[in-house]
Amino acid sequence: MQLAIIDYNAGNVQSVLFALERLGIKGILTNDIDTIKNADKVIFPGVGEASTAMNYLKKYNLEDVLPNLTQPFLGICLGMQLMCKHSDENDTDCLGIFDLNVTKFPTHTDNQKFKVPQIGWNQLENPKSPLFKNIKEGDYAYFVHSFYVPKNDFSIANSTHSLEYCAALHRDNFYATQFHPEKSAKVGAQILKNFIEL
Amino acid sequence: MLAKRIIPCLDIKDGRTVKGVNFINLRDAGDPVELGQIYADKGADELVFLDITATVEKRKTLVELVKKVAKNINIPFTVGGGIGSIEDVDALLNAGADKISINSAAVRNPNLINDLALEFGSQCVVLGLDTNIIENEWRVVTHGGRKPTPLKTLAWAKEAQERGAGEILLTSMQGDGTKQGFSIDITAQISTHLDIPVIASGGAGTMEHFKTVFQEGKADAALAASIFHFHEIEIQDLKQYLKQENIAIRL
Repeated sequence: MQLAIIDYNAGNVQSVLFALERLGIKGILTNDIDTIKNADKVIFPGVGEASTAMNYLKKYNLEDVLPNLTQPFLGICLGMQLMCKHSDENDTDCLGIFDLNVTKFPTHTDNQKFKVPQIGWNQLENPKSPLFKNIKEGDYAYFVHSFYVPKNDFSIANSTHSLEYCAALHRDNFYATQFHPEKSAKVGAQILKNFIEL
Repeated sequence: MLAKRIIPCLDIKDGRTVKGVNFINLRDAGDPVELGQIYADKGADELVFLDITATVEKRKTLVELVKKVAKNINIPFTVGGGIGSIEDVDALLNAGADKISINSAAVRNPNLINDLALEFGSQCVVLGLDTNIIENEWRVVTHGGRKPTPLKTLAWAKEAQERGAGEILLTSMQGDGTKQGFSIDITAQISTHLDIPVIASGGAGTMEHFKTVFQEGKADAALAASIFHFHEIEIQDLKQYLKQENIAIRL
């Protein structure tokens, strides 16, 4: 199996490679359009800031390639946010695979304070999709983010940090997780395994 | 609900784990990769590796170690110790570190926080803040607590947040190595006044200390070293206990 990991200067790709390696899969780190198009599966990782990341995607001419891919595709963290239509993070137009807007977490509700960025392990609510095979309600995954995708019709799992937000998305061949499966211990390894077996 | 994090800290010297009382009298507690893996399996939520002898010639050793850790461990980890430049951070993040922690270098050059946040994102910039009571107030200290600075702890923490730090690792020298408990007052002050998460460190001796630092100190995470390394408290037992005490914990 050819698994392409998109290389666009956006953060901790090494961890994704290592996590796949632990599952016996050797990913190919690439920004070559043909390699990406011909891969059996594609992982779109990402850590950092939205507008900078979009600029790198444009620089590598991937902006129009990614939304038209047909193989199973998994966006992670910033990758998921870039798959949406727009991000409030520096008012950035994104890939538009999901017609959704990414917005910033509030730091307060009426009577409680919430830390932003959300850093740490939070629970998956109502996980439903082949991506979450053997994943239970309330299992913990590792999140690091200040911006979030609101709950929506494409949600295949939600989570709560001051408000209920979207923890994972799915439409057609496109999957995405706001959390980092590559850093989410056994739960994360199971999710990556599920993706590989899609 | 977001869980409170339990973070074992591995102090690294020459590629080995050490932990001293008040940062002096180092004892050897094993191989960092192996220890890290054991902790991950036992349910640690995150790991911190602090290179306490970070010198230029040792930096390559640290990068190699980080790579080994990232290869073997499936939970997030932070690397700190002697980090002073964008190049240092780039090398460590590329080796697979999730976050880096800067301490004395940020005190010397606060713009480093802005530069790192801009280049790599706030989410990977942890401000290591060592603090002690000096002339009846909480002040920032550097060089493992040996050097006092004129900076007030809360003001510096706020400034770091404004400059783009994503998290504060607050080590109280009042507590460090004493096992008498975390410094609750300064932890609560910082956590209440800041929007970013605070990791409390220094003083953990009993399971109750963790409960107190989460409930009264409002810490988002708690860090400890020797009590875990020398099996005085097992992480699984600690997490079970905290869960029973109605603290949000990942089991």
